[in-house]
Amino acid sequence: MNPALQGLLTIIVGVGGCVGYFYFSNQLLDRVIFPARGPNAGVNINRANQVRPWLFLFPAIFALGLYLAYPVVETLRLSLTDRVAGGGYDWVGLANYTQMFNEPKFWEAMRNNMLWLIVVPAAATAFGLLAAQLTDRIAWGNVAKSLIFMPMAISFVGASVIWKLVYDSRPAGQDQIGVLNAVWMAFEPGLWSTIVLRILPALLIVGFAAAVAYGAWLLAKPIIERDDRGPGMLAAGLRGAVALLFVWLIWESVSTLPGLLTSELPYGEPQNWLTISFWNNFFLMVVLIWIQTGFAMVILSAALRGIPEETVEAAIIDGAGPFDLFFRIKVPQIMGTILVVWTTITILVLKIFDIVFAMTNGQWETQVLANYMYDKLFRANDWGVGSAGAMVIMLLVTPILVWNVYNARKEMR
Amino acid sequence: MADLKLTKIVKAYGDVEVLHGIDLDIKRGEFIVFVGPSGCGKSTLLRTIAGLERITGGTMEIDGRVVNDIPPSERGIAMVFQTYALYPHMTVYDNMAFGMRLAKKSKQEIDERVKSAASILQLEPYLNRLPKALSGGQRQRVAIGRAICRDPKVFLFDEPLSNLDAALRVATRIEIAKLNESMPDTTMIYVTHDQIEAMTLADRIVVLRDGYVEQVGPPMELYHRPANLFVAQFIGSPAMNIMESVVTAASSSEVAVDVEGGGKAVVPIAGAPSLKGHPVKLGVRPEDLRIAGEGEQTIVSGKLDIAEALGEVTLLYVNVEGHEEPILAKLSGYVDIERGSEIHLTADAGDLHLFDGDGQSMLVEAERKQAA
Repeated sequence: MNPALQGLLTIIVGVGGCVGYFYFSNQLLDRVIFPARGPNAGVNINRANQVRPWLFLFPAIFALGLYLAYPVVETLRLSLTDRVAGGGYDWVGLANYTQMFNEPKFWEAMRNNMLWLIVVPAAATAFGLLAAQLTDRIAWGNVAKSLIFMPMAISFVGASVIWKLVYDSRPAGQDQIGVLNAVWMAFEPGLWSTIVLRILPALLIVGFAAAVAYGAWLLAKPIIERDDRGPGMLAAGLRGAVALLFVWLIWESVSTLPGLLTSELPYGEPQNWLTISFWNNFFLMVVLIWIQTGFAMVILSAALRGIPEETVEAAIIDGAGPFDLFFRIKVPQIMGTILVVWTTITILVLKIFDIVFAMTNGQWETQVLANYMYDKLFRANDWGVGSAGAMVIMLLVTPILVWNVYNARKEMR
Repeated sequence: MADLKLTKIVKAYGDVEVLHGIDLDIKRGEFIVFVGPSGCGKSTLLRTIAGLERITGGTMEIDGRVVNDIPPSERGIAMVFQTYALYPHMTVYDNMAFGMRLAKKSKQEIDERVKSAASILQLEPYLNRLPKALSGGQRQRVAIGRAICRDPKVFLFDEPLSNLDAALRVATRIEIAKLNESMPDTTMIYVTHDQIEAMTLADRIVVLRDGYVEQVGPPMELYHRPANLFVAQFIGSPAMNIMESVVTAASSSEVAVDVEGGGKAVVPIAGAPSLKGHPVKLGVRPEDLRIAGEGEQTIVSGKLDIAEALGEVTLLYVNVEGHEEPILAKLSGYVDIERGSEIHLTADAGDLHLFDGDGQSMLVEAERKQAA
């Protein structure tokens, strides 16, 4: 049979099966098991209505249980066992975990995951918010939005292929087909490249550090000033912790400045961007940011439109400029939505696999947890360590997931 | 000195003109109410004064300064919105302090002003609450408090009571009236579609229709001497009865008309143009009508359709021949009349209004001519 026909048939059977299940099971419940007739009609109707939700929920619960809950339990079991040559398995306790924790590759993956965790949700949300705000009131805003949203329709692997071409390099004499190298080859030592490659990035870093410092100051202010309307102990502790994290970020970013300003740049040599360790992580992150910005933009754009126009007008009368309007009136009002977007992307990032798999496969220090797990499970055939890696990912995702659901439900109220 | 002067204000959205050259002189400390049916441009006019809408033409002066191109925050105005427009993420205190913080006022000054506004409006217990933890009336008070904190020259209210329930509306209306008394130097402009608010609060009412000013004047002047049919029917509830009439005689001091349905009336108008034989409209407010005594000249008569007794008044709906709508009479006390019985109604000559073919009040026109 033609595969297209086969697909169509599958769809028809699948959808028909679902509709059939709901229709016939409902009929069975109402006509045969608890018929709304006879002396017990009233009682039967009540009973049928009590059973109905479970009847309709059953397929979803069953499928989720079979494909989600059971695998979690099974993975936990596998992570505590080892394969025995010739079949069967042994309980080994936490041996797989200790083995994993002793591997530098695992810690590399952990570090990279943390990097992804900081950069991608922040960048995607920030760009999404920026795009949402900038496209809000202009005539061609919707066209711009569609273009920005388009990468969402591309699979991660497809996006990876596109960006692999962007990062592609050819030997020095040939035409560069990768955009990044084509641009890079245009640079020569001189004033302009100093401005573009040293001073501009340095200014960006300083700006970033300043923004983070301002954020840290805002966080720390209530603790330092101790005014009577200040936060409680827990909130103060949280604020302090995040402020310290910010200080660390400032240090990290500022400490790159000397290197940036003094390093020798290999002008005229095509670069293999994906092999430049540490920085190649960021080249991979760009792909996900490129995809997720559209998602963040769509959600935040809807949230921005939901802000009551009067509050904005009241702020204008109060004397708020565009920046005050955006940061002090609009952003606080959609903070809930921003958090939901942020955490949603965070969860996605923790599970990131396809982009790394397709572009570097974890080489050149770009390993991430999900690819590490895949590596152990399917290449090294070590189900124990592979499952242990999966458990670590789940442990990291769960608290964020819970928080995400909590925030999302709060938003809906 | 005119505090707020509007000259030929035009506002257009693309090709659609919504305000057609509005002229208004508002004196310092006046309480002005804009009324009119939905879509008459009253809110748009208020928003142009606030600076939230740019005017397309004309000039607007506040305290002698042209403010056409001056941003809202520098016009010396404050606005209270229908939906309160409180910043939901800020406490009551921060809501009121926001504008002053933007203006980089000192902490002490901010604190003083917020506290004093809060004490005027009895908001002290709620300063640390978020708006969502307040009732509708409290929210509206916070919005007013936020406006007071700006210490404005002109206070703008955009239908501030329409989101409140009936009892709260009355209470808040009285509070606004008291607030106005306590700030004698502050001009207040108030938009509403509610006549009672307009009549009770205003020093002067501006009646707007389709982007034109129909009449400006103190409430009682609008009630007793409406300049045209629209104002006559818009002000007062139930609305004024309008009856087709024909002028039969006109002297230098009065105009006699034949009213449709067989009645006659003599309206004292000094110096009215002689419109003998011309069709005019006679207006009588329901509360001015009474049952004609023996030998009195009937203005209108017909069959009683329905009598609604409300206790303090009785509303009579009288079907008059040749008149589509029933004529309404509002008689004080309880009046017991059988349905279908013939009723003869009359009114004092001074309570009659006569409108010419263009719907302009002949009395007001004649006075204007004499003054000129």
